Amino acid sequence: MTTARRSALPGFGPAMAITLCWVSLIVLVPLASLALRPWELGLAGVLHSVTEPRVLAALKLSFGAAALAASVNVPFGLLVAWVMVRYRFPGRRLADSLIDMPLALPTAVAGIALTALFSPKGWIGAWLTPFGIKVAYTPLGIMVALVFVGLPFVVRTLEPVLMDLPQDAEEAAATLGATRAQTLRRVVLPALAPALLAGFAAALARGVGEYGSVIFIAGNMPMISEIAPLLIVIRLEQLDYAGAAALGLIMLLVSFAILLLLNLLQKRMGVRVR
Amino acid sequence: MQSTYMTRRTVLGVSLGPLAGGRAAIAADVTLLNVSYDPTRELYRDINRAFSTAWQAKTGQRVTINQSHGGSGAQARAVLDGLQADVVTLALAADIDALAKRGLLAADWQGRLPANSSPCTSTIVFLVRQSNPKGIHDWPDLLKPGVTVITPNPKTSGGARWNFLAALAWAQRQPGATDASAEAFMRALFHQVPVLDTGARGATNTFVQRDLGDVLIAWESEAWLARKEFGADTYATVYPSLSILAEPTVAVVDSVVDRKGTRALAQAYLEFLYTPPAQDIAARNYYRPGDPAVARQYAERNPALNLVTIKDFGGWDTAQARYFADGGLFDRIYTAGK
Repeated sequence: MTTARRSALPGFGPAMAITLCWVSLIVLVPLASLALRPWELGLAGVLHSVTEPRVLAALKLSFGAAALAASVNVPFGLLVAWVMVRYRFPGRRLADSLIDMPLALPTAVAGIALTALFSPKGWIGAWLTPFGIKVAYTPLGIMVALVFVGLPFVVRTLEPVLMDLPQDAEEAAATLGATRAQTLRRVVLPALAPALLAGFAAALARGVGEYGSVIFIAGNMPMISEIAPLLIVIRLEQLDYAGAAALGLIMLLVSFAILLLLNLLQKRMGVRVR
Repeated sequence: MQSTYMTRRTVLGVSLGPLAGGRAAIAADVTLLNVSYDPTRELYRDINRAFSTAWQAKTGQRVTINQSHGGSGAQARAVLDGLQADVVTLALAADIDALAKRGLLAADWQGRLPANSSPCTSTIVFLVRQSNPKGIHDWPDLLKPGVTVITPNPKTSGGARWNFLAALAWAQRQPGATDASAEAFMRALFHQVPVLDTGARGATNTFVQRDLGDVLIAWESEAWLARKEFGADTYATVYPSLSILAEPTVAVVDSVVDRKGTRALAQAYLEFLYTPPAQDIAARNYYRPGDPAVARQYAERNPALNLVTIKDFGGWDTAQARYFADGGLFDRIYTAGK
């Protein structure tokens, strides 16, 4: 409360009231309507509709592929952010804008472009086929699409933290005789850990719900490459609104649990570093 | 020359002006919304132009017909969710049945127009690559080792449901066929399918642009369009020994036209689809016309085939429940034994 009184916004009361209204209107009301929708099926019906083997396979694929893609994005995103923050090179601004492209591009366009590249007759796909590597129309293709859409989330989360990271700490470590690897492992990475985790969480959250870019490259085979959001669409097409909402709700709950866990973990890491 | 033209136009304008104004007072301009499925864009663009001209000549009223296209099931859902469609022209009767069940139009809608409310029909054929390298001539050829088959997902695509039923009809009619043997055939067939696109046009793109698959199971009209677009020599159409009469259906949406007061116009629009000029447009867009005289004209393009109909499956309600609903045959193909 004391911090609120000193803040630049005039008055804690009105600000809080607007915040509550806004969050309710934009987030809580839609989510609540989703949470209320499936129960016409009854508890047993809801449980049944989210535990069919096909649904479980789709959920596993959506969360698994999103987690893997986020894990790929964390090291590469760190590298990209590092280069962007620490070095000045010609074309840096251009590269900087390119990183945001996956955010600006309509996801369907990204999906079609990636499919064209990675399909067996595509530019990249044609090179991979002789080695027996299939990307388009497999779960690997889903990962490629999710890596594409998730990259900016990791880079943009890490950049401000990297900018604030005092370079003299690294210099001090060096003067104390630390090797580069030791500096990286003992000084840089611990300081970045919370941000890395936050980037991972953002990329994961984006990947779990991603539809547009995945749908073209996935192949959409039930039990193999069918993502959970597609199952939701399929249920809507069958006018099974309650079943679709049940699936949406379960995705929401799992995502919420994962994000909460990551948040707590991030907080503990932050405390330990300080 | 130019001055004469100008004068004539001015004279025309002056003389017709009051007349046009008078007409507008009696009959205001109206709009109609036709909510249709995916591959009918070209068809209805031509139909709408012809109908507007004919309607204005007859009544003096200027009518604008707006089109909306998308997957047949998704379009039905949009209408259900409040899209103000005066008429729906969808890929299968089941999608209009869904609207009727929720009270948007009368339950007996399909008897209100001739030929099951299906002014033109189509069928399901195979599109294969130039000179048919895998020797695909009939349904069992699709199961040959090494043949990959492209067909969209019957859960999301109306066309895919026709494909599925055509294959099933063949399997059910083999000597000694049982439900189990038909199911085994369908399972083997979908084993050859590497990707399930969400719509018919998407599947066509996978086949012609991604260069994936040896055979595309498609609407006859879509096969013709692909050949027109990419060269008749690049692909060949193969007619299987047995296929299905695909009947895209049309209906006036009662609840919408009654509120908007457009019933007469909407009804006239759908009846226009059965007239020779509209039938000719449909035939030129590679559909099979219902009008026998027009059909004769295009007989070469639409060879006579051995066709089953949806009635052979007991109607859409039965087919939907047995094959496409959750836990139906299509689901069992993928979930059984895993």
